[in-house]
Amino acid sequence: MDQFAVKVFVRLRPSVLDPAGEATKSASIKLGAEGIKSLRIGKMIEVKIEGNGENEVREKIDLLCDRLFANTIIEDYEYSLEKL
Amino acid sequence: MDNFVVGVVVFPGSNCDRDVSWALEGCLDIRTKYLWHESSDLSDVDAIVLPGGFSYGDYLRCGAIARFSPLINALDEFVTSGKRVLGICNGFQILTESGFLPGVLTANKNLNFICDDVELDIVSSKGGWFNNEDEKKTIKLPIAHGEGRYHCDSDTLKKLVDNELIALRYKNNPNGSAFDIAGITNEKGNVLGLMPHPERACDEAIGGTDGLFTLKSLILK
Repeated sequence: MDQFAVKVFVRLRPSVLDPAGEATKSASIKLGAEGIKSLRIGKMIEVKIEGNGENEVREKIDLLCDRLFANTIIEDYEYSLEKL
Repeated sequence: MDNFVVGVVVFPGSNCDRDVSWALEGCLDIRTKYLWHESSDLSDVDAIVLPGGFSYGDYLRCGAIARFSPLINALDEFVTSGKRVLGICNGFQILTESGFLPGVLTANKNLNFICDDVELDIVSSKGGWFNNEDEKKTIKLPIAHGEGRYHCDSDTLKKLVDNELIALRYKNNPNGSAFDIAGITNEKGNVLGLMPHPERACDEAIGGTDGLFTLKSLILK
């Protein structure tokens, strides 16, 4: 069995309003940061997972992302995978 | 309605389960039974309410974890059989996450947790959940949510409109919901999800009785 470290990024789709991102952008400007054009907040999920090779692990992660980690009506996901 | 029993589902973090039970038992004389989320035996209830609250602490997304409970897994057969399911607030979020109703509920546009009474237009009486046969086409119900902004893609919205699946619309949209949507039904009409709380409007002493009709309609066949 191989072990992999997976980092999943879940982001709101560009067309979906991100009120938390807007509020944080507003606070960033109040802090004095200049030049912020856009600020959007997502999630990062770290998973350590075992499997027989990268393909099998990718299948498992795809299922997790599609069914649990992200709601694909409003969110997109991508992930990176590193063999340990 | 002596033998009719409404199951009120209790998740870790539900906090309107007792309110729903009080409204059904105390105001409408309808028997209720609490159903722990790990139970998958729905054989002795005739209708189900998924109450408001914060199931599983709203972790990940509202309703996202509750969707995988044994009870929600058993709900598919219950709904297919035509029995009635009412999802209120967090219950509505669970119904969308689990695919019983289309779309999703996400953070309010203004990021506030909104506690207020809102005026609602009854758009469709599909499933008989609302009384729009007489002159009363607007009702007032309380809302209490931080994540009640209904969102769906344009194809889904068209389908909702064309098939008369939009049950309730806000008169003054408080949260940025698409098309002012406050509640929708499935195509068959036996599943209703709504953000407002009918169980908090069942007695004049607490500010109104506009929620009674919806709760009473749980016993419709």
